[in-house]
Amino acid sequence: MPQRGGYPRGVTTAAAKSASPDRLPEIASSDASLRQFLHGLPGVDAVGADERAAKLATRSIKTTAKQQAIDLAIRMIDLTTLEGRDTPGKVRALCAKARRPDPSDPTAPSVAAVCVYPDLIAAAKADLAGSAVKVASVATAFPSGRASLAVKLQDTKDAVAAGADEIDMVIDRGAFLAGHYLEVYDEIVAIRDASGPAHLKVILETGELATYDNVRRASWLAMLAGADFIKTSTGKIQPAATLPVTLIMLEAVRDFHDTTGTMIGVKPAGGIRTSKDAIRYLVLVNETAGADWLDPDWFRLGASSLLNDLLMQRQRMATGRYSGPDYFTLD
Amino acid sequence: MAGMKFDYAPAPESRAIVDLKSSYGLFIGGEFVDSRDGRPFKTISPASEEVLAEITEAGPQDVDRAVAAARSAFESTWSGMRPADRAKYLYRVARIIQERARELAVLESLDNGKPIRESRDVDIPLVAAHFFYYAGWADKLSYAGFGPDPRPLGVAGQIIPWNFPLLMLAWKIAPALAAGNTVVLKPAETTPLTALVFAEICQQAGIPPGVVNIVTGAGDTGRTLVEHPGVDKVAFTGSTEVGRMIAKSVAGTGKKVTLELGGKAANIIFDDAPIDQAVEGIVNGIFFNQGHVCCAGSRLLVQESVYDDVLASLKRRLTTLRVGDPLDKNTDIGAINSAAQLARIRELSEVGEQEGAERWSPPCELPDRGFWFPPTVFTGVSQAHRIAREEIFGPVLSVLTFRTPDEAVEKANNTPYGLSAGVWTDKGSRILSIAAQLRAGVVWANTFNRFDPSAPFGGYKESGYGREGGRHGLEAYLDV
Repeated sequence: MPQRGGYPRGVTTAAAKSASPDRLPEIASSDASLRQFLHGLPGVDAVGADERAAKLATRSIKTTAKQQAIDLAIRMIDLTTLEGRDTPGKVRALCAKARRPDPSDPTAPSVAAVCVYPDLIAAAKADLAGSAVKVASVATAFPSGRASLAVKLQDTKDAVAAGADEIDMVIDRGAFLAGHYLEVYDEIVAIRDASGPAHLKVILETGELATYDNVRRASWLAMLAGADFIKTSTGKIQPAATLPVTLIMLEAVRDFHDTTGTMIGVKPAGGIRTSKDAIRYLVLVNETAGADWLDPDWFRLGASSLLNDLLMQRQRMATGRYSGPDYFTLD
Repeated sequence: MAGMKFDYAPAPESRAIVDLKSSYGLFIGGEFVDSRDGRPFKTISPASEEVLAEITEAGPQDVDRAVAAARSAFESTWSGMRPADRAKYLYRVARIIQERARELAVLESLDNGKPIRESRDVDIPLVAAHFFYYAGWADKLSYAGFGPDPRPLGVAGQIIPWNFPLLMLAWKIAPALAAGNTVVLKPAETTPLTALVFAEICQQAGIPPGVVNIVTGAGDTGRTLVEHPGVDKVAFTGSTEVGRMIAKSVAGTGKKVTLELGGKAANIIFDDAPIDQAVEGIVNGIFFNQGHVCCAGSRLLVQESVYDDVLASLKRRLTTLRVGDPLDKNTDIGAINSAAQLARIRELSEVGEQEGAERWSPPCELPDRGFWFPPTVFTGVSQAHRIAREEIFGPVLSVLTFRTPDEAVEKANNTPYGLSAGVWTDKGSRILSIAAQLRAGVVWANTFNRFDPSAPFGGYKESGYGREGGRHGLEAYLDV
């Protein structure tokens, strides 16, 4: 199989040209200019985008490539519990799993982060002390985001004060769909400032944005406003992450990087349950944004049950047989 | 920060499913028979030059026997059969093709060199779909728009190319049989194997002897078939050069003819196109099946205002194409079908360079054995260049630019061919207006190389005449 060279860099889309680094502030100087920019991005043909994602999903990742992909996918997981019934006990179990996903096999890597509601950050921090696993917290009146800016800012500040390494905020989908782009932009900027040193992931909730054109615009909006990561979904709305939506977001971070030199991460979340699913996302990253993004710093998978399936596949590849689900811990 | 280098491990599809015989006879009158006056030749895998099997080049007596078998079956069973029963056989064939899909896909990739991803996901599903579609017409011919009781023509002599061996067989045989004709089909000399397995499928489906006859061979066998007085209808897909010879030889004989010939399709990218999808469409337009596609989008017309962006995106995309073993499930571009075809692609590419166009290919290592050509893009091409006018029939794209919609139409139509074209724009009204002005049998809007049995396919001008597919495709096999 021939080796592939690196991607030629310096590609810029027509509309993105106006986003050269020195002109970034201008774009968001008014609602009109921001709208002009976002609506000037090249459109997305939905049939073509679906087709491309489906074609990449037929890649066959076997043997050594599969082993490599499974370990990478584990390292990219934001192991998540976001439920009303979460307790410190549940979080403790989750953190233990995050540190050491497979107690029977110390070579299994840790996940990237655990993701919890803000009131459980302190518990998670304590449980993860001394490990490299980060604590991510949702904030900004997750999942609907329907609260005043003051409440969202306080929510964010509380989370950062409690020790969150990463903040997963939601955008105001109502404002976005009403075309009030500057409002959405200003809110992200404000949350960005309130997040301080924490990494900011901006959840677009693509299931509510509905069209791929909107996904592309919301991606650019979030990146312009200073997101470190753009994330598909809260997991509370269907559809959550899909391959075509992630494809469009990966194209957006690729183009943003080509234009501004700034690298932004991508996180599909919700509905990624099997190793096969996870590997399809990695193929998508590899062939869209490129290998530079194949790192937990630049790509994450928001998931919970996925981890056990990856571990099961991992064990099968090592031993040649499947163990039953009872051999993997249920947290 | 550099991420992980993600090398896809080899993922070869197993050859074990294919049961290749060391030699094949001719399929005449429902059984495999030895040739009377032909001679053997070999079919090889273009990816490795390995000999796959010995095939029979049918001689005049063999062709005569096949036409006689077809005539007898036409008169004694097939044309008088209850249409619903004809449908039953065609449905059965379609189902068996689905059941044996994997075997057929592997065999097609072995013999033709196309990637298994395409034979598995495109060729074979379309083959089955074609038989299902025309099976449905068999008992509804009086509603096809050709009068209350359209009659079949008789014996059809059909000659198919090597680029989509089994799919072209389906395009020919399915409508012919549905309309009540019997056939003698000659597959291309470099890709006879799936047609021979199709003969087995006819036996398996219990199709009456003589309804389908397969005579393998090269140009001489084809000529004998075309000129045979017992043939009522000639259907040919292949080069314009051979198409011309066929048209001359049947002139004045009363034989009905359909020809599906070459092309030099324009793929037009307007400045408001969905660029990422358009780039996919360009790739699919010219690199699908190694560019061995008569309707390939081999002339890219890009609006000057987005030229730099489109070219840069296209080049980046081409670096991800995987060239290599056709049976590897991750291969995007397989082998060139034959040494002769490779020589032609090389020759025209060299002419392109000599004429001053700039040649570019992504970095890729080609296998040592077999016939290979890297995906290639020529920029700075003008309408006067040979690579913009002649069909290369390989993975070679010529890029031209235009400034206005009128100029795009003018350049797109400025070719002796007229098989297909593509239009990429977000503006629906522009799609309609441009499509109406393009002299091409198929116009794709915001997609390329999409096929469906219900859509008629065929050309203008030197791309041939007659339509295949859809209700229109029945006309070629009915006495109307």
